[in-house]
Amino acid sequence: MTTGRETAATAGTSSLKRRFDRGVKSLTQGRLGQSLVIALPYAWLLLFLLLPILIVLKISLGEIALASPPYTPMLQWAEDRTLSVQIHLGNYAFLWQDPLYLSAYLNSLKVAAVSTVLCLLIGYPMAYGIARAPTGWRIVLLMLVILPFWTSFLIRVYAWIGLLQGNGLINHLLLSVGLIDQPLVLLHTNFAVYLGIVYSYLPFMILPLYATLVRMDLTLLEAAADLGCPPWKAFVTVTLPLSMPGIIAGSLLVFIPAVGEFVIPDLLGGPDSLMIGKVLWTEFFSNRDWPVAAAVAVAMLLLILIPLLLFQRIGERETTRDRG
Amino acid sequence: MTGRRSFWLFTAIAFGYAFLYLPIVTLIVYSFNDSRLVTVWGGFSTRWYVELLQNERILAALWLSVRVAAMTATLSVILGTLAALTLVRFTRFRTRMLFAGMVAAPLVMPEVILGLSGLLMFVTLEQMIGWPPGRGMTTITIAHVTFTSAFVAVIVQSRLSQLDVSLEEAAMDLGARPWKVFLVIILPIISPALVAGWLLGFTLSMDDLVIASFVSGPGATTLPMVVYSSVRLGVSPQVNALATIIVVVVATGVIIAGWLLHRQASRNAQ
Repeated sequence: MTTGRETAATAGTSSLKRRFDRGVKSLTQGRLGQSLVIALPYAWLLLFLLLPILIVLKISLGEIALASPPYTPMLQWAEDRTLSVQIHLGNYAFLWQDPLYLSAYLNSLKVAAVSTVLCLLIGYPMAYGIARAPTGWRIVLLMLVILPFWTSFLIRVYAWIGLLQGNGLINHLLLSVGLIDQPLVLLHTNFAVYLGIVYSYLPFMILPLYATLVRMDLTLLEAAADLGCPPWKAFVTVTLPLSMPGIIAGSLLVFIPAVGEFVIPDLLGGPDSLMIGKVLWTEFFSNRDWPVAAAVAVAMLLLILIPLLLFQRIGERETTRDRG
Repeated sequence: MTGRRSFWLFTAIAFGYAFLYLPIVTLIVYSFNDSRLVTVWGGFSTRWYVELLQNERILAALWLSVRVAAMTATLSVILGTLAALTLVRFTRFRTRMLFAGMVAAPLVMPEVILGLSGLLMFVTLEQMIGWPPGRGMTTITIAHVTFTSAFVAVIVQSRLSQLDVSLEEAAMDLGARPWKVFLVIILPIISPALVAGWLLGFTLSMDDLVIASFVSGPGATTLPMVVYSSVRLGVSPQVNALATIIVVVVATGVIIAGWLLHRQASRNAQ
């Protein structure tokens, strides 16, 4: 890139030769530097990100064995010195046939989708309010949204245990007011899982929404009002479409981690709140079935890729429409 | 009309912030409760803080977590910055798509997958080449760097793409070598992004339970792992005390950062 510019700059100068030498020098040095800059992160990612995923894929095609590590190898030297490849699709067939896994996948998608919508419903008015607040207040309000994110995620989930449990604060309050005479079962329910996910991921929804809303050109709304458009209609036809990038980004930031969530369903959920992240954890740590855990992981990656590609497709259509 | 709308907006914001902060406030209040029960107020006491500071298991885990997080943050700033430079400056090289995909992948991969795949790789590597010998601090750090450097790359990338290319060109025309341009021009300009990336890497590493649980070995227990095992058994006042300390530290940091940002903004405005 630089060399192209330099060649253009040197054209027509008297000290062409000297400049040319320097160009060659910086070209070779630049190339070496460039390769080093690329090589370090590239090698790290190949070794510690791509290779592990390939290994997961490989192990998911093996069988559980009483060995250390507890799975059968894929490549094996047989006694007659021939290399045999064993591919075992049993784990995937098992995932498909056992209703536990399928319902866990579907439930994860449902929980993540509903939580995303709830986050959007709570987060949009908040982001809108922050973006329209007086300038001095904005930074304070924004800091207050970010602050919980920097504190421990685990501890924020834990806070709800004290609030929701049978002898917890919410039941205590409701009992003393006289709204109920029996403590409600709140902890270890699906309700608690939704609450925990919405609570934990709300900042991720608010921040991108705020970023698009604060950049919005407010004269558009004035123009709409001048032309007799009622505020609600101006919101639906102007503000909402303009904040679409924020809605998409926020939804992705909530949906993707929520699908694979482990901590929240484990601490707040009950036996019936099956989520795929928790299933993988149990398969690995309790059942010690590494091949099935690996197969669950591969299926989960595919599960996340599909909505991701879908979102990307929508995003691309938005940008091409904006350009056209 | 406007009055009614701002009233609704105010209510929405008030409810939103109440939702975000009530659980944290109750944690702080009950960390000073002398009684172990949530429903009973046994009077003001700092006994849980005393117990926390004498709990050697938690202190050892905290020390391990801090070391892992500092190491992770430093390494991920280096790797993330190099990755961001590559993505912004070197737009044409073969397998760039693969590289961009790998940089972004940890942002969308569930932690359980990152943890499981990391562990299976460490086990395989140990079998094949004898490294890493067992699992512990090193393996946790490697796994953490792999996912935090993606976040650093995003932050640095956005800063780099705002950077004025003509500054670099001017330096190059005046004879500066690429590495000198990087040190003298690029580095000072992107330094706020590097600080933000370091802090984010540190926080993400300190906070991670899932990945560390997978890739850790006997003897290497991080702070979230200790908190998780005590929290599974129910409410623990010592964890409340720990939470209060974390919130105070983070709030102080955020207030200082906000003040610095504010000062910088008003200085720029002048």
